[in-house]
Amino acid sequence: MSAIPIVDAAGAAETTPRGPEAGLPRRSKRRFDPENRRSTLLTIVLWVIVLYFLFPLVWLVVASTKNNTDLFSSFGLWFGKDFSLWENLQSVFSVQNGIFLRWGWNTIFYSVVSGLGAALLSTMAGYAFAKYRFPGGVLMFSVVLGAIMVPLTALAIPTYLMFSNFGITNTAWAIILPSLVSPFGVFLMRVYAADAIPDGLIEAARIDGAGEFRIFWQVGLRLLGPGVVTVFLFALVATWNNYLLPLIMLNSPSLFPLTVGLAQQQSASAAGGGSQALFSTVITGSLVSVIPLVIAFLYLQRYWQSGLATGGVKG
Amino acid sequence: MTRTSAPPARRPRHNATQRRQNRAAYLFVAPFMLIFIAMLVVPLFYSGYLSFFQDRLIGGSTFVGFQNYVRALTDQGFIDGVLRMGGFLLVQVPIMLALALFIALAVDSGRVRGGKYVRLLVFVPYAVPGVLAALMWGYLYGNDFGPIAQTIRATGLDAPNLLSPDLILYSIMNVVTWGFVGYNMIIMYAALRSIPGELYEAAEIDGAGQFRIAWSIKIPAIRPAILLTVIFSIIGTFQLFAEPSLFDAIAPNAISDSYTPNYYAYNLAFVNQNINYAAAIAFILGIVIMIVSYVVQLSTQRRERLS
Repeated sequence: MSAIPIVDAAGAAETTPRGPEAGLPRRSKRRFDPENRRSTLLTIVLWVIVLYFLFPLVWLVVASTKNNTDLFSSFGLWFGKDFSLWENLQSVFSVQNGIFLRWGWNTIFYSVVSGLGAALLSTMAGYAFAKYRFPGGVLMFSVVLGAIMVPLTALAIPTYLMFSNFGITNTAWAIILPSLVSPFGVFLMRVYAADAIPDGLIEAARIDGAGEFRIFWQVGLRLLGPGVVTVFLFALVATWNNYLLPLIMLNSPSLFPLTVGLAQQQSASAAGGGSQALFSTVITGSLVSVIPLVIAFLYLQRYWQSGLATGGVKG
Repeated sequence: MTRTSAPPARRPRHNATQRRQNRAAYLFVAPFMLIFIAMLVVPLFYSGYLSFFQDRLIGGSTFVGFQNYVRALTDQGFIDGVLRMGGFLLVQVPIMLALALFIALAVDSGRVRGGKYVRLLVFVPYAVPGVLAALMWGYLYGNDFGPIAQTIRATGLDAPNLLSPDLILYSIMNVVTWGFVGYNMIIMYAALRSIPGELYEAAEIDGAGQFRIAWSIKIPAIRPAILLTVIFSIIGTFQLFAEPSLFDAIAPNAISDSYTPNYYAYNLAFVNQNINYAAAIAFILGIVIMIVSYVVQLSTQRRERLS
């Protein structure tokens, strides 16, 4: 009984009604006839779950409008007596001669450079592993695959010692170099390239006389676009969110990323007691530092998905 | 000139093409492999090397064999930390992944109003660095000023101290769950979207319910993606660092130096200056992670073979 309306609904949603059933796109079918297919119970459950995920962020926004007194004396999820958002923002950007901006810039610099580097290296390697059969290729790829399971933080201590021998601790290199290695990125790009670039296309380009590098730049990269962006985003967020590595490697506050800078301000406030209390400054700083990435996420979400789809299914 | 392309030259030419392609492949792989070796393989072996030495007041760095390992395996703090993470793994990871899977399936079924926004909003916490997430939740957990305790007290009940030694592990579980459900959900959702619709359209037409379809068709179809999230969660759990290090400042009684193995290794190396022992701890931790990951992979493979 229920079979007929579904087929009809699907057919009507197609641009050409009564199109061949096998070619029906799922998505257009779903958008159709919400009354029938939407579940109120499921909707309520899901939106309650969403509230849980938003609750700390709502708190963060509210807390950013409070001064230190209100922060500890008023109800956490509602505004305090004074509206101190502007004072807090001023404080964020002026404390220690505006070092917050420096941290923000460092964070962007470290993560964008690491993201671009990791994406480029992973793409080249993944493309070669997918599209060339060369001696040692399988072995190298297996080693890289096994390395996905190596906990990167377990490497932080020996890496620190190595870097301190070379004298590059407390420099940007100490953050960027380890962040360039993304075994998962190579895996993702190998799977993605195997699917996205037909062998015939490479052969045709070869017959036309194109060199291997030209084929990669002009044919490969163009087809790998979404996968490259996914790897870039993964590496960017990993560096942006990293705490242990910069905490170990960096001494100078002027080199800190936001994570280390804000955490140190927070612990200084907690230890320093009343006089040095920067609690509301740290909270407002956290809000300001979270906003750019949240916005970027909302805009770029489809890339996470398209790049991950292949990796997740074929993995 | 015509000679070079004459038939007898065919074979060498083919080899030349193969050689050229091999060279190109090596050049493509080389930049990654160089950094991979320098930043991953070398530190790994260096860490292993360090773990066999000990700094002594007299004689400096001395080879001590497996002494650091023996010490680690009899170090109650380290063992407690590993067991604590084992418990974390058994409790938090299933909850987190079940929630992620539920959201992914619900949104994918198209039965949720505003499903697109649900997906986006659940994913947003992944944009918040772990340290800042811990910092925020630290305020939210506060017994005097935290909104959770305030709300519970407003109903006339006694508010539990979420930062007490008994409860702080669950509080950390919550921080991690909050941050990573969205990430895992996106991996699963991406896999769900790439299942060909024909696979379950027939079942839908036959009148199978959404639960039945999810259980018998969708979940088996995205098994590789689920396995991926399990492996990532195992690795992430044993590496917990930001949460204990932040909570140590606000709840020093609840968080010991060895609360998580990774936090212990950090404290040993950078507070106690015992690099060699820290290297042994990190090495054992890596081995534990690999073993647990492989066991999980093997057990799912066996299950696949049986079914």
